[in-house]
Amino acid sequence: MIAIIDYGAGNLFSVKNALDFLGYENKITSSADDLRTADRLILPGVGAFPDAMRMLHASGLVDVIKEQTQKKPLLGICLGMQMLFEKGYEFSETDGLGFIKGSVKLMTPEALPIPHIGWNSLEFNEPCPLLKNCKNGDHVYFVHSYAADCPKENVAAYCDYGMKVPALVFSGNVYGAQFHPEKSGETGLNILRSFHSL
Amino acid sequence: MLAKRIIPCLDVRNGKVVKGVNFEGVKDVGNPVQLAVEYNRQGADEIVFYDITASYEGRGVMLDVVRNTARQVFVPLCVGGGIASVDDFRETLRAGADKVSVNSQAVKNPKLISDAAEIFGSQCVVVGIDAKRNQKGSYSVFINGGRVDMNLDLGDWVKEVSERRAGEICLNSIDTDGVRGGFDIEMLNFVCERVNIPVIASGGCGAIEHFSEVFEKTNSSAALAASLFHFGELTVGEVKAHLKEHNIPAR
Repeated sequence: MIAIIDYGAGNLFSVKNALDFLGYENKITSSADDLRTADRLILPGVGAFPDAMRMLHASGLVDVIKEQTQKKPLLGICLGMQMLFEKGYEFSETDGLGFIKGSVKLMTPEALPIPHIGWNSLEFNEPCPLLKNCKNGDHVYFVHSYAADCPKENVAAYCDYGMKVPALVFSGNVYGAQFHPEKSGETGLNILRSFHSL
Repeated sequence: MLAKRIIPCLDVRNGKVVKGVNFEGVKDVGNPVQLAVEYNRQGADEIVFYDITASYEGRGVMLDVVRNTARQVFVPLCVGGGIASVDDFRETLRAGADKVSVNSQAVKNPKLISDAAEIFGSQCVVVGIDAKRNQKGSYSVFINGGRVDMNLDLGDWVKEVSERRAGEICLNSIDTDGVRGGFDIEMLNFVCERVNIPVIASGGCGAIEHFSEVFEKTNSSAALAASLFHFGELTVGEVKAHLKEHNIPAR
């Protein structure tokens, strides 16, 4: 079972729909026991970093997430990906979960609109099992204003938006997609298939 | 490289798709969920549902349309029409929308933009703007489906919208809407020069060339059209192929 972590923020319905469509057993949950019995975890997120971290702490799930990622894969999506880093700087400095080295900062591409919204192409970097069913150059859907600033070895794929934006990151059992696989058509579904087969 | 987006818009009243011509003379053209599935198949980059009922009952029907669409369609969905509060944002996002579009209520209560941006993130806050040329040689902002002149200058309004951290502006020109003579290039440039957030072009598209024109002559990030697609005059796939022929990045 894939546990979709419900901490009061985020577009849980979209992630669940994509997993249902793929036929993968899943559950939207805020229960620590469900996180323990699940075989993989998804941390979704649509929203603002400080508010989301505050809600995640209020849910009481931070410790169980930290404990369970020692044993099973976790995929953070969009803001859920950003929360995997040590710190975020959206509106104010906020501590993240610290699974991956680095921080999340406002993007500063020259002469391009912010947020970075739309379909952008993946540029593969480090080999990553989540990309096994994808091709270099496949388009995925991004909606964000902040981007990770992190070591190159944790980046599976970048995209180009006036700067190199980490699109898919990973460290041990922890994976993070800056884009929305559940909103990225067939390419996104392929990434979820790969996550399910980890 | 970022692709230019092609967005079919479905105007929905009581669960049925309609399209107004200059906001008058509305007629039924179909089932919104079926149309959304078809547009997804054609390669739509995003789908917009615009609730023109905007009543309490209408909202419930609309949220059902969003829920049903989101089970079958894995591209972004944006919902607008009658959004008046942070709770409306939350409810709409929870139903499966990825973005929420506000128009009249944002003009009446601009704080809604900044409140929603702070709670849900800028990226899901789309501000729809209906504007029209005025006698001062500039543009005025209208609300309530283009019926009420707010005596608000478009330049001032887009600056405030951007400062309140809206994620995108969907600019609809009342002057060109329904006329099918092309997007309002002048008005789009006026706005694109003043903000650094993505601008979606809306109103006036009547032929395939209007899509390449808007991306060649303005910095718009996306183009939205309704009746052209509903009545089957063009498919999204045809528009994408047209853009690629013009060396405009498309998915």
